[in-house]
Amino acid sequence: MAELAARDADEAVRAPEVRLAGIGKRFPGVVANHDVDMVITPGTVHALVGENGAGKSTLMKILYGVQKPDDGTIVVDGKERSFRSPTDAIAAGIGMVFQHFMLADNLTALENAVLGAERLHGIGDRARSEFTAISQRFGFDLDPDVMVEALGVADRQRLEILKVLYRGARLIILDEPTAVLVPQEVDALFENLRDLRKHGHSVLFISHKLDEVLAIADDITVMRRGTSVGSAVPGEVTKRQLAEMMVGSELPTPETSESTVTDVVQLALRSVTLTDDAGRDLLADISLEIHRGEILGIAGVEGNGQAELVETVMGMRTPTSGRILLGDRDVTGWDTRRLREAGVGYIPEDRHRHGLLLDSPLWENRILGHQTRRPSTRGPWIDRAGARHDTERIVADYDVRTPGIDTVARALSGGNQQKLIIGREMSGDPVLLIASHPTRGVDVGAQAAIWGHIERARSAGLAVLLVSADLDELIGLSDRIEVILRGRLVAGFDPSAVTLQELGTAMTGGDS
Amino acid sequence: MTFVRRAGFGLLAPVIAVVIAMLATSIVIVASGSDSGVGDFWRIILAKPPNRILVNIVNQTTMIYLAAVAAAVGFRMNLFNIGVEGQYLLASYVAATFAGAGLLPGPVNVVGGLVIAVVVGAAWAGIAGVLRVTRGVSEVIGTIMLNSIAGILVGYLLDRYGIHGGNQVRTHTLSQGSQVPGWTPFTAADGAVWALDLLAVAVGIGFWVLLNRTRFGFDLRATGMSQSAAVASGINVKRMVLVAMLLSGGVAGLIWMPAFYGSAYTYGTTFQAGLGFTGIAVALLGRNQPVGMIFGAVLFAFLTAQSNSLTLQTDISASVVLITQGVAVLAVVVAYELVRRYRTRLEQRAVAQVSPDPTREGVAA
Repeated sequence: MAELAARDADEAVRAPEVRLAGIGKRFPGVVANHDVDMVITPGTVHALVGENGAGKSTLMKILYGVQKPDDGTIVVDGKERSFRSPTDAIAAGIGMVFQHFMLADNLTALENAVLGAERLHGIGDRARSEFTAISQRFGFDLDPDVMVEALGVADRQRLEILKVLYRGARLIILDEPTAVLVPQEVDALFENLRDLRKHGHSVLFISHKLDEVLAIADDITVMRRGTSVGSAVPGEVTKRQLAEMMVGSELPTPETSESTVTDVVQLALRSVTLTDDAGRDLLADISLEIHRGEILGIAGVEGNGQAELVETVMGMRTPTSGRILLGDRDVTGWDTRRLREAGVGYIPEDRHRHGLLLDSPLWENRILGHQTRRPSTRGPWIDRAGARHDTERIVADYDVRTPGIDTVARALSGGNQQKLIIGREMSGDPVLLIASHPTRGVDVGAQAAIWGHIERARSAGLAVLLVSADLDELIGLSDRIEVILRGRLVAGFDPSAVTLQELGTAMTGGDS
Repeated sequence: MTFVRRAGFGLLAPVIAVVIAMLATSIVIVASGSDSGVGDFWRIILAKPPNRILVNIVNQTTMIYLAAVAAAVGFRMNLFNIGVEGQYLLASYVAATFAGAGLLPGPVNVVGGLVIAVVVGAAWAGIAGVLRVTRGVSEVIGTIMLNSIAGILVGYLLDRYGIHGGNQVRTHTLSQGSQVPGWTPFTAADGAVWALDLLAVAVGIGFWVLLNRTRFGFDLRATGMSQSAAVASGINVKRMVLVAMLLSGGVAGLIWMPAFYGSAYTYGTTFQAGLGFTGIAVALLGRNQPVGMIFGAVLFAFLTAQSNSLTLQTDISASVVLITQGVAVLAVVVAYELVRRYRTRLEQRAVAQVSPDPTREGVAA
């Protein structure tokens, strides 16, 4: 104990200095990272910011040894390193806490910390005293004997941080740590991070929430479209300037075109509430209307109920109370297939998981979601000729770059996959389109094309529910914008009159 | 991709696997230090089978193939019906009891027995399906336990209601009018190719049509490839799980029927156990493809039948072919994955030739 106290007092920890230079990583069809430069000074909180898909997570996986870079160098304390696995990274004093926790529910906090690191401090009293010492030093306040299943999200996160500290990490990477926390928990986490810094540790903090970054970081690196586009120091930079660096001023924005809104209501939600098993409201009292020829944009910080709203309208979840009307039909409780047959198209948020059969050829992907409709099928039979012919049409009309319709979906780039999905969902004259982040992770060219397709369909009378994290996209495309916060629609805006600041304020539910 | 190229890729993996399996078997024989050499082993295994063995190989192939299809129906949607064994055990017993009782005349009794077998197999698999859908019990656990229960149940029922003779117990013998022995290609002593082997042909064609030409087959494959995408496309996954289990069990019910109506005529010591597990291995070997599993079934039946000669002519145990079969199944899983990756890379290259990667342009902009 005396030894521990001594170590506590003189702050013996010295975090490594890490320099990343010219890091590049390519996946088939996608450049995840290129020419990334970053320097992490010992004993600082360094924020890495960027939009979803900007390449932050890939970069962190490279730094933590999960993936090998194709180009560039990692220099730790003046020595060039090549991490083959996380074990190598930990040996160099670098630890990472992933967004999705990796804890065993049926073990205690202490057992989780020791699991896989038994050689460091044994599994007995030494391990226990090390656990307690770390917990006290940084104010984690964790009981070593509590079962993990009994811990809340914030405690689990602290345990994850403790786990990497236990393994001797001096640079701790946190991947979007605040995404799962409520505001008070965020404050507590930041308190912990300041303690870590005080004791000489470095923290690499990944986020796309600029308020938090400005509140906690000593240095900021901004990533956009796979590369580092600049660095900044809080106090010398405003939130707006950071946002501009993140989004990039040269990016095209969709042109607002003349309104084609009609007075026919195509989709109406009446006091829709969705409650989870624990009794919490995922969606609370949502009422909205979308007219034919209208695009309704939903703005919000991710995780505030957008996914649940989409899944409820698509029939993948059944609302706890409230009604959903499609045209003049009450479709509450309809399953997904029935809704699709009634003319609801769906561009899912995650095209790989929800939109495609990656190892199937394009023409089979044309059938997906249209299994009960022509030209894909005829009664209980698959209409191969019909499906193939219609896939040719989509490939031509939507400019899907592919050698042929027998190519598997996996081989296409993200933008071309998305164009195929859009072509498919626009088939069969839909009356309503649910578009979730339709241009996420696609290149600039495909983005403009996708916007064009959505706008043309709107002019032809399609009603669109557009969920996006890209505010420029929302403002440019939507006829109206509703803001969702903690499962409620809290504000409505006219896109032609709203500013990014106003939207941002409503999205965070406070005064900026 | 042309048909020839696709077929080439399809064959590549199994060929690699069989070669690896042959190498591994040879190494084991050398290492075991038997008096007979590797050469003797392969000479005997690869010799032209005598007529009697040929007939046996055909009959065994069809039963193994039925078992493989039963397993594959589930596997195609990532549903691991390990209970094919128990399903066909119970179905065989019930069908044999029903047919043996002679409630229906001649050929009608054959059809009746087959229907009963399908229904019993489906129902037994359906229990695991219902447990999975309503209670979230993994179908692997459910079906394995049901295997064991089926064994105990049949043992009890047979003991209670069967005909005891000597130290054997069996069901009533099928009346002559309902026996379907089949076709004798050589002499009577060499045995007959059972008429109900045609069931395997029908089931194989049916499985192919179902998978490739019907909406249900598309839903089945889509669910197997990506459950999340299946849900988003409107497939009711729970219903699919249940229907696939019923189908799988129904096919499993037929496995032993060719032998029952063809030569056994009674359920007792004549019953051939273990086909359910062989079927699972063959389904893996044939990648759950209707055509691929034919080759797998022939290979397994051939190796097993030929291995009988080993004990007579060498001091190598007939069980050595189990190593060949086992290694082939292991190797084929690895080989398929390697071939799949190679294909994907080829396709990506083809895509890149169509368009200079737009993503890259976008990033550079």
